[in-house]
Amino acid sequence: MMEKMIFGRYIPADSIAHRMDPRAKLIFVFAFIAIIFIANDVWGYVIAAAFTYISVKMSGLSLRFLISGLKPVMILIAFTFLLQLFFAREGNVVLDLGFIQIYEEGIRQAFFISMRFTLLVFMTSLLTLTTTPISITDGLESLLNPLKKIKFPAHELALMMSIALRFIPTLMDETDKIMKAQMARGSDMSSGPLKDRIKAIVPLMIPLFVNAFKRAEDLATAMEVRGYRGGEGRTKYRLLFWKARDTFALLSLVLLAAVLAAFRFWI
Amino acid sequence: MDIVLEQVEYRYAANSPFEKKAVEDVTFKIPEGQCTAIIGHTGSGKSTLLLHLNALLKPTSGTVQIGERTVKAGRKEKDLKPIREKVGIVFQFPEQQLFEETVMKDICYGPMNFGVSEEEAKKRAAFWLKEVGMPEEVLGKSPFDLSGGQMRRVAIAGVLAMEPEVLVLDEPTAGLDPRGRREMMEMFYRLHKERGITLVLVTHSMEDAARYADKVVVMHKGRKVHEAPPRELFSDTARLAEWGLGVPEVVKFQRMLEEKTGKAFPKVCLTMDELADMLKLGGESL
Repeated sequence: MMEKMIFGRYIPADSIAHRMDPRAKLIFVFAFIAIIFIANDVWGYVIAAAFTYISVKMSGLSLRFLISGLKPVMILIAFTFLLQLFFAREGNVVLDLGFIQIYEEGIRQAFFISMRFTLLVFMTSLLTLTTTPISITDGLESLLNPLKKIKFPAHELALMMSIALRFIPTLMDETDKIMKAQMARGSDMSSGPLKDRIKAIVPLMIPLFVNAFKRAEDLATAMEVRGYRGGEGRTKYRLLFWKARDTFALLSLVLLAAVLAAFRFWI
Repeated sequence: MDIVLEQVEYRYAANSPFEKKAVEDVTFKIPEGQCTAIIGHTGSGKSTLLLHLNALLKPTSGTVQIGERTVKAGRKEKDLKPIREKVGIVFQFPEQQLFEETVMKDICYGPMNFGVSEEEAKKRAAFWLKEVGMPEEVLGKSPFDLSGGQMRRVAIAGVLAMEPEVLVLDEPTAGLDPRGRREMMEMFYRLHKERGITLVLVTHSMEDAARYADKVVVMHKGRKVHEAPPRELFSDTARLAEWGLGVPEVVKFQRMLEEKTGKAFPKVCLTMDELADMLKLGGESL
């Protein structure tokens, strides 16, 4: 199941969505999260769903692939759906099961909330699926740049993010290595009572932490040696270019917001 | 206890788009009481192969017979501990596996996992610490206060204290200074000779393979390409080069000497001592 899970993964391809400026994509996704809350009736959600569908098409990824990859998240959504269905108590009773009643408002809420959740998950996944972690970081740094005026550490934050991302695979490899070494010494992490299994994690975690700190120190020294002194006056190897398509993407969002607002307030 | 590999194949991330074949169709025997060296270029599959020797990895096809037990592809294996008790592995950079508060506790970790009593484990700890050439005072210290070389010795003592019948060494001397390297290898060899421990030496060092091994298995691109006693193997420099491997310095020297003098030696010398003896003989006959 984990191998199929695509949440948070990057799938390399060449599509409009892949080529978009990461800044535009970040703004796009965050704005979409806000805009989706304007929708509050069936038409609103139909339009938002259509919009999401078009966005998926633009990414060159198949809808089926997305749905199968997001199955684990869907379980969570189904759970929310049931919670809403049973615990919202407004409007007329539609179904009386004796021990529990299902209300009209419950059905409405359940559909809308799970729909909203689904669309959000799709959109945010599109961001990570079409953007490398490093460009997300670059985009974020560039977007946060204006905040430097009020002493917000935008560069440091972005650097921390990229270092963290860079070391995930390294740490995974190391976990595997240390686990094997301890298993060779008779540690048993996959069977036995829970208490023993938790105990068996200690010989794994301690070397992992010790190594991580050592590596952090080495990295800090290596950066210092190469004259790193923060973001001040530093130029970029990967430049970001804002193109017409980025403006269009954001304009389409404005349009979506306007349509949704029209449905909500006037129609 | 013999270890017999038969048509062992291992694929990482089997049946996924990221599948990668690391080891393919490998068959050989590690006979009891002998020293077998596995050599090969980086990425030749030696490290993956080594994980099969105590069932840390299960072959995706083929069988590994470890003593009485047979680990077969596709079959669920239960209770692998007895295998791991008999086959100890010293991994590359074993100092990374230290985790306890004291050296004593860390060395006791392995034996106690295999059901050795605390008292006995402590006795073993003191014994093996001395064997790896460390003073007894260290027992009460934190392993993280030791130097890199000392940590390495403590970690090795931790594996030796399990008193395995087969000892698998993956580049045990990488990163040590020349003297430490020599001492360490001599210690393993002494254990092998005195106690009859079966040694498996996975190494990049042709010198070590030449000096210590009874048999050398050559891995190349995931396959076993050759299996021979060191003297036979290292006589064929051209073939070794095909697999990206060299010969020990002493063999290089001998070949150069043969070329310059135009005289061929009756056999390939694997160590400095052998070569010196040979030259002495040559000198006397001249």
